[in-house]
Order: sequence, then C-alpha cells, then structure tokens
Amino acid sequence: MLDTQSDEGYVTADGRKIGGVAMEMKNITLRFGGVIAIKDISFDIRWGEVRAIIGPNGAGKSSMLNVISGFYHPQEGEVIYKGYRRPKMRPYQVARTGIARTFQNIALFEGMSVLDNIMTGRLHHMKANLLQQALWWGKANREEQENREKVEKIIDFLEIQHIRKTPVARLPYGLKKRVELARALAAEPSILLLDEPMAGMNVEEKEDMCRFILDVNDEFGTTTVLIEHDMGVVMDLSDRVVVMDYGRKIGDGTPEEVRNNEEVIKAYLGVAHD
Amino acid sequence: MTVTPEIKLAPEESSIPALLARNARRFGMQTAYREKEFGIWQSWTWAETHAEVRAMALGFLALGMARGDYVAIIGRNRPALYWAMVAAQSVGAVPVPLYQDAVAEEMAYVLDHCGARYVVCGDQEQVDKVLEVQEKVTCIEEILYLDKRGMRKYDHSHMNWLEDVMREGRAAETRLSGELERRTAELTLDHTCVMLYTSGTTGKPKGVVLSNRNIIVTSKNSSEFDDLRPGDEILAYLPMAWVGDFIFAIGQAYWTGFCVNCPESAQTMLTDLREIGPTYYFAPPRVFENMLTTVMIRMEDASPLKRRIFNHFMGFARVVGPRLLDGRDVGLGSKLKYGLGDLLVYGPLKDTLGLRRIRVAYTAGEAIGPEIFDFYRSLGINLKQLYGQTEASVFITQQPDGEVRSDTVGVPSPGVEVRIADTGEVYYRSPGTFESYYKNAESTASTKDPEGWVATGDAGFFEEGSGHLRIIDRAKDVGKMADGRMFAPKYVENKLKFFPNILEAVVFGNSRDRCVAFINIDLAAVGSWAERNNIAYSSYQELAGLKRVLDTIQEHVEQVNESVAQDAMLAGCQIHRFLVLHKELDADDGEMTRTRKVRRRIVEEKFADLIDALYSDKDSIYTETEVTYEDGRKGKLKATLEIRDAKVFGDARRMAAE
Repeated sequence: MLDTQSDEGYVTADGRKIGGVAMEMKNITLRFGGVIAIKDISFDIRWGEVRAIIGPNGAGKSSMLNVISGFYHPQEGEVIYKGYRRPKMRPYQVARTGIARTFQNIALFEGMSVLDNIMTGRLHHMKANLLQQALWWGKANREEQENREKVEKIIDFLEIQHIRKTPVARLPYGLKKRVELARALAAEPSILLLDEPMAGMNVEEKEDMCRFILDVNDEFGTTTVLIEHDMGVVMDLSDRVVVMDYGRKIGDGTPEEVRNNEEVIKAYLGVAHD
Repeated sequence: MTVTPEIKLAPEESSIPALLARNARRFGMQTAYREKEFGIWQSWTWAETHAEVRAMALGFLALGMARGDYVAIIGRNRPALYWAMVAAQSVGAVPVPLYQDAVAEEMAYVLDHCGARYVVCGDQEQVDKVLEVQEKVTCIEEILYLDKRGMRKYDHSHMNWLEDVMREGRAAETRLSGELERRTAELTLDHTCVMLYTSGTTGKPKGVVLSNRNIIVTSKNSSEFDDLRPGDEILAYLPMAWVGDFIFAIGQAYWTGFCVNCPESAQTMLTDLREIGPTYYFAPPRVFENMLTTVMIRMEDASPLKRRIFNHFMGFARVVGPRLLDGRDVGLGSKLKYGLGDLLVYGPLKDTLGLRRIRVAYTAGEAIGPEIFDFYRSLGINLKQLYGQTEASVFITQQPDGEVRSDTVGVPSPGVEVRIADTGEVYYRSPGTFESYYKNAESTASTKDPEGWVATGDAGFFEEGSGHLRIIDRAKDVGKMADGRMFAPKYVENKLKFFPNILEAVVFGNSRDRCVAFINIDLAAVGSWAERNNIAYSSYQELAGLKRVLDTIQEHVEQVNESVAQDAMLAGCQIHRFLVLHKELDADDGEMTRTRKVRRRIVEEKFADLIDALYSDKDSIYTETEVTYEDGRKGKLKATLEIRDAKVFGDARRMAAE
C-alpha cells in the first residue's frame, strides 16, 4: 500500500511525483437557508495529483467545487491554500490565484471562434491597458503574440487544430467540452477543476477526454480535481477519491480503498431489504 | 517504340543526398519545406534542410547505423520524417516507410521481413505499436521518435528523441563528418534508394526495391514532361509509404527543387490546401469526387440568384473550358464570356477549393467519372490522368497537356516502353522498373522477365489514332465471349457506376453470346429523386422495383451501350438484358469484400436463377434470397423481378466484316 498520508508526498506506480498539500479544506459547512449542502467536510488536495469527488445526485459535489473556486462561501470552516488561510474572495480573484475550472453545462462564448474562446483563458496574463489595447500599440501587440503562442501549444496538445477558426456554436458536444478544457488550461492553472468533464459523452469521446486529462496531469503536472459520475472513469483516472453523500463525506482514499468501503457501496448500490 | 538511350547523370545527381547538397548550393535561400505548426507555417530553406539532414545523419552514425541497414519510418507527413529518410540514405542505409494506419500485426510482418534495425516513429501512438510487436520482431535495436509528447515515462535504454539524436550528431561533427562524407560519396545510381511495401491485396506484402537510378531518372523524366519548376508547391498529405508520395515529395522535389508543404494534421488538410494553393497536386478520384459533392451541396443551399449564375456559367464552362485549356480557339465572344465567368464563378470557386494556382494536377488509382473530370477541367484546372504502379516508380503512362480525356490514361511516359501481350495484358519496361522484390526471387522472376518487361496485371489497349492507352480491367477478370470478342466486365460496370443512380453493377457474359447485368440502385440518390417527385415507397425492394426507376435505369444502360458501341474492341460487351436487384449487395452476405469490391464468383453462384432468367425469354422472375441482418440473424427476401431488354447499338466494324 502506498503511504498516501505522509506530508512529503510520494511517487505513484506509474512514476508521477505527488507533492505535499496544495489545498486543505477544513470542516467546511455550507448552508442555503435551512438546507445543508455540505456538512463538516475536511479533505486535502496534493500537488500533482488527480483528485476525484464522487457521490450520488445531490450529494453536494458541485457545491464543493464551487467552494474551492470561490463561488460559494462556506458558513463554517476554512480553505487553506498554499499554506495560508484563504480570505473571502470573489471568483475572479480566486481565478487569479491559479485556479481554473470547466463547467457542467458548457459555458463558452457560442458566437466566438475556438481560438478566441481559448484566448479568453489568457485574460489574467494580459496587463496592457485599455488605451494600448484599443490602439494595438506597445505592450498590447507583444502580449497578444506571447499569449497566442501559449494558446497554440494548447490547441496542438488537445488536437483541435482543425476547428481553430470554427465558431463554437457549430461544434459537436464532445469537442465543446474539449474547448472548455483548453480554455481552462490556457490560464495555466495550479489547480484545475473539472465539473463532470465526461457527462453526456459517447464512449469514444470519453476515452479521448480521459487521455487528455491524464496527459495534462502528466505533461504540465497540473493538480486536477474532478467530479464524475462514471465510476469506471474515476477509478482509472484518479489517485485519490473523496466520496460524498447527502453533504457528508463517507469515504476518502485510493480508488481501491474506496471501492471496498462499506458505506460507499451502500450509498451507490443501496442495501438489500430482506 | 524505340529503345531509350542510356541517360547520363552527373555525380552530383546520382543519389538523393547528392541532390540535396546540389540544391543547397543552387537554391540555398529558397524554401524547401513548410509545415504548419502552432498555427503558423514554419519553413526551411534548402540550405537549412541540408544542415538538418546532415545533423540527423551524423546522429545516426553516432548511434551506429551501418551501411545497408534498414530504417523503418512510420508517421504522418512531416518534414523531419522526410529528412530521416534522406539522412538514412546519407549514411548508406535504406529507408523503409510504413503505412502509419497499419495495425501492429501488419507492421510486425514488414519490420521483421526487412530486418529493420532502427525505427523512426512520428509519435507515441506509433512507438506503442512498435513496442507491442518488439517481442516478436527481435531485429529492432533503437526506436527514435519525433514528437516528445507522452514519451517521458518510457524506458529510454533503446529509445531516443530525434532532436537529441541530432544534437548528439552536431556534437560529434568533428569525429564523424569524415565518415559521413565518405559514405555519402560512395552512393551510386545502383544503390538502393528506398524500399516500399506494396499493400498486400493478394497475399503478404512484398518489398519493392527501388534504386537511385529508378527514382532519379523517373523523377527527371516526369519533371521535364510537366515542366515542373523550382518555384512549384505541393502539399504532401498522402501516405509516406506510398510510392507516389516518395516520387512527388522526394524524387521530383529534390530533382526540381520545389517546395513540399506538410499539413498541420490530417483533419486540416483542406484548410491547409487552401492556404498553400499548390501548383502541382495529386489526389485519388475519391478526393475530387468529395470536393465536387461539397460544392454542389453548398450551391443547393445558396440563394436563387447565385444558383442561377453558377448554373449558367458552369454550363457554359463545360462547353468552352476544356477547349480553352487544350489551347484551342473558341472565338473572341466565348473567351470574353469565359473571362466574366472566371471573375464571377470559376475564380472564387477555385479559391475556395485551394486549386487556383494549379498548373498540373493528376489523378490515378481508379477510374474517374467523366462528369467529375470535366467539372474540374472546365474550371480551367489542368487535371490529368496517369497510370502507374509501385514497381514502375509510378509512371507508366500519363497524359500530355492538350491531349487529356477522361477515358484514357495517356501515352507512355518518357523513357517507358509499353507493349500489349496477346492476352491483352499490359507490359512495360522503363528506367523506373524496380530492381527486385526483397528476399523473394521467385516473385521477382515471375513478375519481371530477363529482358526487363514487367506484367502489370491489367488488360488494356492502345487507341488507334491517338496512341493513348486505355485500361479496361484487371487481366484476370477479362474473358472472351462465345464468338471470341473481348469481355471486360469492369469496364462496363465503371461506366454504369458513373451514374449517381447506380450504386453497383455486375456484368456477366464470359463465354456467352451476349452480356447481361445486375444493377443496384443507389438508395440515397434514387430515394431523394422519389422524394422530389412525390413518389411513395416503403422499402428498398419496392423502390428498386418501381416502373419509373426501371425506366431511368434502362436509359442509363442504353447510354452506356451507345458509348461501349463506339469501341470496336469492346462493342460485344453491350448489355442486352438487365434487372435491378431487390437487395443491396452486401459484405455481410459475402457478396462484397469489406473494401466494397464485388465478389463476382459468389454473386454468380448465389443468383444463378436470376442469371438463367436473364439468358431466357422470361420477362419476370420470382426469387427468394437469404440475407443476414446486422445482428447476425438470417432471413429470406422474396421478390418478383422484372427483366428488361435494353437497346443495343450496331457495331459498324463487325457488320462490315460479316
């Protein structure tokens, strides 16, 4: 068994280095009026790992992701990021700290080309002011070139060269998902959040997406947190899994450990009533 | 036909690496290669290319590549892979390009057969395949790869990144450059240039050994034939393992010094074509067909005004365009109108297709529909046909400018002798004729006779008057009719299949007194016709049996008969009676191969009752056919088929003889 609990990190079976703790969620509780979406949950995310959050519908997975991305602010508990307690932030501020995400329902600019969509992911890396941008002068020009270069590397990486100039609205679903991933990657995030990246895909598209997620993690060492329903996918992809049910954490560990966890089996498969 | 004089080539023209050095001197600053990467066309001049190839060759030496080693190259068209071939030649090794879409099994056979010591792979996918077969194929010593992505975790004890190999080569320049120059200087016209495996439709693939003489003399002749120039541009997108790609993108490119452009990925081919606007272009008929279909579909959706302008000018171009292209006089009025059409329709259309700058375009491989062929020619695109095979270093015959037609494959290429055997089979002898099949003396001897004549396996004849060769069929399918006239089913079937309404046709008549045919309608084409004419039908079978459909098909058959009758030799192949089959010929029922070629024998056995009926006086026949559904269940189709007589046309010559 791998020592996944030590602070210094460890090396996975396929040779990837997992580092120390990147983010720690401490006793998070999130309430919407009287509804408790997340109830006293704690877990950590390590540098370089693929961390999955799974659970049945309504378990609070997406709420958890929204807490990480700063969209929701938990009533109790704290988020420790890079060793410091994170103060209450707006989502765009969180994004600037190196956290990028994709959405469960695709949130791209439908009328814009794939290239332009991905360029929006570079927004935080552009410093030129309005005047410079408007006049296409000085910094603006230079920045555009640098950013375009970064974006082209991602286009190459995700193999979407053939749709570079295509408006997003004309793309099939699977490719839109890939473009969304590209946009998130363009931000060069420290932590990448993927909200159901495989939902609604056919088998082939799923396989492609799996490969890209693994490749991203492998090539750029991007720490990835993903929510997914497809258990096969989760078990194959992730290093560690958090299992949620009704806002509670009912399991946490390697896919192997989670698979054999009594409570998880109960939540997923139900129990026999005899 | 005359015996060609021995062609003299300068020493600087006796191998591909020598040509590269010559080009680096002669056209140093001109662009040799372009590849789109990261959204931008990257380019390399001849001088840069020379330096890159040299670094790679030095790297190969550092790895211990020996004279006569075989180096397999697997991947999509990329400059660095072309360079790897030339670099291998520079150190005296033989490049063996492989089909990148081959499955591991097929790859294993070829790698093992040639005993490849080195394999250069495009990317991780190819490396994986090679690793998969490496247990069986023990000859492989080093795997090199071009694209680093995903390769970090692999065991690199016998694996190298191509960039590293080049770096090591540069580092060892002082130590190895003497050896490299010696090895490159040793190369003569008789050294093996490349080994290409023919796709094995029959049995195992065979390694065709082509010498420097084969490739260089053929490239010289064909480049001069079409007046290729240093400023020309081609798009290299066809498989690197195919002889045509080797001749166009290496042979002719190095001989002439034109620029080879590699697309960004397989899917971006059409966009890249448009961006580059090649001047010299090759595509199989299928590509031209698809392009035309796309244009037509888009025109259907265009506004009525645009559609009318398009139809008007295209109709006009069909009459005038080909004649203009052949340099014949059409009168000032027509010329002006064609100019207007060029401004409004032809020019923009060619631009969209990326064919505006084409000076020479070729198609080959299978018959191209006259409609499709004429469409491109009427636009002013110099589309021509050629006939060739791997064993000939491509060129056997090709069409000279001004003598282009859709039904011939042209006159013998320069330096090529062609003769027709008594059996009708086409033989050729040329400077491009291959040396041998690798490790297969038996096949070599049965294909190439001691005098150097090679059997093509195709039957054909020279047309009287024009001297153009016409290919009619595979030689083994050609038979004789009862009265001794030639029976060439494929020739007639192709003519039938050029009608969009006809999907498949099978013609019978071997050792019979007349020909009959089965026809398969094209559900998409006929179905949409029915829809437009408010004709209701519930099944394929019903549609195929409709009187109006039969009338249309009968018209098509009679048109084909009329055109077949023009041919004195083949006039006997006119179709006397035909029926439209009640089911589509299907690979699941064994009637076709998976690549959609009709299995004549099986169809003949399975529908023997229908053939008998066609040769009787009956005008309808009841039949039951077993079919296999997609889930594997079997069922029976019952149908009564109407048999039609088609009008046949007189054969002037035969009548005169009688």
